Amino acid sequence: MMEKIPVSHSPDPTTDSSVPSKRNRFKGNIMVVGCTILGAAAQMLIKQGTSMMPPLYDPAAGSVLSQAPMIAWNIISNLPLFGGLACYGISTILLVLALRYGELSVLYPIIALTYVWVTMLSVGFLGETLNVYKVAGLAFIVLGVGVLGRKDKDA
Amino acid sequence: MKTPLSSILLVLFGSFVGSFGTIFLKAGADKLERSVKGVLTNWRLPVGILIYLTSFSMYTVAVKTGELTILYPMVSLGYLWTLIWSRLIFKEPLTRNKFIGVGMILFGVVILNLGNR
Repeated sequence: MMEKIPVSHSPDPTTDSSVPSKRNRFKGNIMVVGCTILGAAAQMLIKQGTSMMPPLYDPAAGSVLSQAPMIAWNIISNLPLFGGLACYGISTILLVLALRYGELSVLYPIIALTYVWVTMLSVGFLGETLNVYKVAGLAFIVLGVGVLGRKDKDA
Repeated sequence: MKTPLSSILLVLFGSFVGSFGTIFLKAGADKLERSVKGVLTNWRLPVGILIYLTSFSMYTVAVKTGELTILYPMVSLGYLWTLIWSRLIFKEPLTRNKFIGVGMILFGVVILNLGNR
């Protein structure tokens, strides 16, 4: 069963403002690319932040309660972690704004680029290694996100 | 360095928790009134953000002892959960492309984890 959409309801690019113009689509795409770069930077900062964080709770040094101020300070004073959270937040807001300009079917595959950037940065800066499973898995995920955002012909 | 199972499970569960954040934001946005009072009294939005932060914390703990090449792409599992909730709660149609796309993501995550060595 599929819904029949009346012809009169199909958007007319010249009058319907919900259909993005070529210029707005471009704007949306640029914003989403920026959003993926920011999102990848966030991952590097978060990883950096967690790597430099000392073990939060030491059972030998007393109760959780007595260590609570130290634990809180170790979390709050972790600049890379909060920098990462900020980048992540800004990139999410940027994405929401970009969704107003671009076409979802184009934006989705661009969003998936974040997975590629993070993998490349992890190999370049964190000394992680790749193998055929990781690359194939990543390819399926990126393609899957692309397919997910595609318009169905019958919808 | 091999990524421990605990980190993998934590990202898996974190993406599951995070999908509820999306649900609350969507429900909040659907009911949002365009006024200061409307935004301030919309309890669904802060709940959504709080759930996101919880999910973020779980992810943070997970990546401390694991590889980003394994753990970050697994965040895409969020698409699977969100698709299920969109269907069940918002009655959004499950189209062929959504079904195939999520299937490919799931397959990709499984393959990816075979490379965890």
